[in-house]
Amino acid sequence: MEQGWRQAKGMFWAMLTAPLFWLVVFFFVPLGIVWLYSFGENRGLIDIVFTGTWSNYAHIFDLTQPYLDIFVKSLWIATLTTFFCLVLGFPVALAITFAPPKAKAWLLLLVMLPFWTNLLIRTYALMAFLRTEGYINTTYHVLFDMANAVAGGHLGTFQPMELMNTNFAVVLGLVFVNLPFMILPLYSTLDRMDRSLLEASLDLGAGHISTLFNIVVPMAGAGIVSGILITFIPALGSYLTPDMLGGPDSQMIANVIESQFKRANNWPFGAALSFILVYMTFIGIAIQGLLERKDAGRSA
Amino acid sequence: MTHPIISFQNVSKRFGKTTAVDNVSLTINEGEFFSLLGPSGCGKTTLLRMLAGFEMPTEGHILIDGKDVSLTPPNQRPVNMVFQSYAVFPHMTVLDNVAYGLKMDGVPAAERRDRAEEALGLVQLAGYGARKPDQLSGGQRQRVALARALVKKPRVLLLDEPLSALDAKLRDAMRSELTSLQQKVGITFIMVTHDQDEALAMATRCAVMNRGLLQQVATPSDLYEFPNSRFVADFIGSVNMFEGTLDVDEPDHAIIATTEAGPIYLDHGVTGATGTTVWAAVRPEKIEMHKRTDTPPKVDDAPEGYNVIAGTVRHLVYLGSESIYEVEITGGKLIKVVRPNLTRWDQEDFVIGEAVWLSFHACSPAVLLS
Repeated sequence: MEQGWRQAKGMFWAMLTAPLFWLVVFFFVPLGIVWLYSFGENRGLIDIVFTGTWSNYAHIFDLTQPYLDIFVKSLWIATLTTFFCLVLGFPVALAITFAPPKAKAWLLLLVMLPFWTNLLIRTYALMAFLRTEGYINTTYHVLFDMANAVAGGHLGTFQPMELMNTNFAVVLGLVFVNLPFMILPLYSTLDRMDRSLLEASLDLGAGHISTLFNIVVPMAGAGIVSGILITFIPALGSYLTPDMLGGPDSQMIANVIESQFKRANNWPFGAALSFILVYMTFIGIAIQGLLERKDAGRSA
Repeated sequence: MTHPIISFQNVSKRFGKTTAVDNVSLTINEGEFFSLLGPSGCGKTTLLRMLAGFEMPTEGHILIDGKDVSLTPPNQRPVNMVFQSYAVFPHMTVLDNVAYGLKMDGVPAAERRDRAEEALGLVQLAGYGARKPDQLSGGQRQRVALARALVKKPRVLLLDEPLSALDAKLRDAMRSELTSLQQKVGITFIMVTHDQDEALAMATRCAVMNRGLLQQVATPSDLYEFPNSRFVADFIGSVNMFEGTLDVDEPDHAIIATTEAGPIYLDHGVTGATGTTVWAAVRPEKIEMHKRTDTPPKVDDAPEGYNVIAGTVRHLVYLGSESIYEVEITGGKLIKVVRPNLTRWDQEDFVIGEAVWLSFHACSPAVLLS
C-alpha cells in the first residue's frame, strides 16, 4: 500500500481512466462549449455562431444596463449571508466543541439533518413562516390584539409585517440553507485545537471573552476561511432561494442567467454571465490559497 | 522559613462515580520544590489542576496564602502553570507569548516588553523573542512556557510532568536547570511526575499518591529509607519484600517470623501487636552476598541464625558501576542484590548457578504494617 504511483504507473492510469473520462466528457467539454458560446452571437431562433466577439462581456459592463448592479447586489447578499452564518455559526461550533461527548454526536446530527431534507421543502417551510398569514405574522397578530386590548384600542388596526418577497427573506433563507456549511468546518478546526492552550490563557490571567478573541479565533483561522469560502460561493450563485423568497428587486445573478437561457433565449449572453460568476469564484479560491500560503510560510 | 503557602484541607474530587482525589490534606511551605508522585491515574494531576483552578474540589478547601481559593477561577489565582504539552500559543511570537499574561494584567507595553525580555534571559532564551514557536525545539518551547509562567512572578509555579516530553539527554540537563532556576527565583515549585528518579533528584519533599489517596509525604531520602507502606516501598526504587508475623516486639528489638527468609531480627521495636502480619522490606544494595560455606555467615548486629538466607544465583546483569544479581531462595522467590564493582575483578566473584549465602543487617529492613 505504501507503493507510490510512480512504481505502478500502469495501475495508476488504469484506475484514473474512468473518472478522467467522466470529468472530461461531462464537465470540461460542456463547460468549454458554454465558454465558446460566451464569445458567440445568436443567428435566428436556435443557431449560435462563434464569432469571437467580446460584445456579450461588454454588455455586462455597460453601465446603462442593470447587470453590473445585479452582480454587485449578488455580492452584497452573499457577503451578508456569509457574515451572518459566521456570527451565528461560530458560537454553535464552539458549543458543539465543548459539549459532553454524548451530546456532541446528537448536536452534529442536528446540524446535518437539513442535508437530508430537500431544499425546496425547506424553502416552502420557510415561506410558511414568512407569509402575510404565516406563523410569524399570526403570532404577531395575537400579541398585537392583546397589547391593543390593554392599551384600549389606541394602537390602531393591525398591519402585518412584510416579510416575504423582500431582500430580508432572501438573506434569511440563504443563512438558513448555508449555516451547516459554516458550522462544520469551524467545528472541525475548533475540535482539533489543543485544549491546554485555552487553559494556559486562563491561567495567565485572561478571562473567557479575552481568551476567545486572543486565542480561539486566531487558532480557528483556517476553519473560518474555509467556512467563509464554502458559504460565500454557493450563496453567490444561489438561484432557488431568491427566486422563491425574493421580490421583484431581489434577483440575483443566477436568476438572470436562467432568464437569459430560457425566456430571453440569449444563450451567448447567459454564457458570458455564467463565466463572470465562475471567474469570481476563482478569485475567491485564489484569495484563500494565498492566505493559506501565507499561513504555511509563517509556520515553515 | 517554614511558612505554609498551600494547604489542602480534606479535599476530595469525584468525576461521576470515580473518585480521583480522596480526602487529601496536605501543607506545602514557601520555597519548597514539592513533587506529587504516583502512577498514572493516582490523582496527582487532578490535585495540581485543582490548585490551578481548572477543577473545583467536590469536598474540602484549598488555601493559598491562607486565603480560601476553592472556587476562585484560574485567572484570579496567584499561581501559574507549565503545561505538559507546554501550550505555547502557536500564532504568537515568543515575546508575545511571554508578555501575554502581563498584557492580561494591564501592564503597560514598554514594561511588558522589558519584563518579558528579562524572563527570556532567565531561561537562556535571550534574543529569541521574535521567533515563532514552530521555529523552536521542544526544549526551547518548554523554556518559553517556563518564562511565560515565571514572568508573572506567581506565588507558586505548577509543573505538570515537565520533563516527560524531552529526550533522555535533555531531560537530565533540564533536571538540574530547573532546580537551580527554582533556587534563583525563590518561588515555590510544585511538580507532578510519575518518574520516581525525577522526583527524588529534584524535589525537597514528595507526596506519594495512589488511587486518590495520599500515601506518604516525606523528603526523598525518607521515602526511600523509611517508606510507610508496601506501596511506597515498591513504587520508590526496587525492594525485596518478605511477609511474616510479628513474633517478638521489645523496645530494643523485634523478630519477624517469615517462611521465605527464616526469622528476621530487627534492632528496633515495632509498634504493632504480636501475631499480626507485617512485611520486611530490604533494598537490594543492603543485602550482602557471600560464597556458600558450611557455616552460614553471622550478621554483626543480630544473633546467630538470623537474617541469613541460602540461595542460588540465577540471573546477572552487569551495569559497569554495579552488578545486579537475582538469587533464588527456598520456595522459588527471586531476591534482587546489587553489588558495587569496587575493583576491576568484582564482577567475577559470582557466576550464574553458584550457591551463595545472603545476609543483611538488623538495621536494614523497613517494617511495614500495611
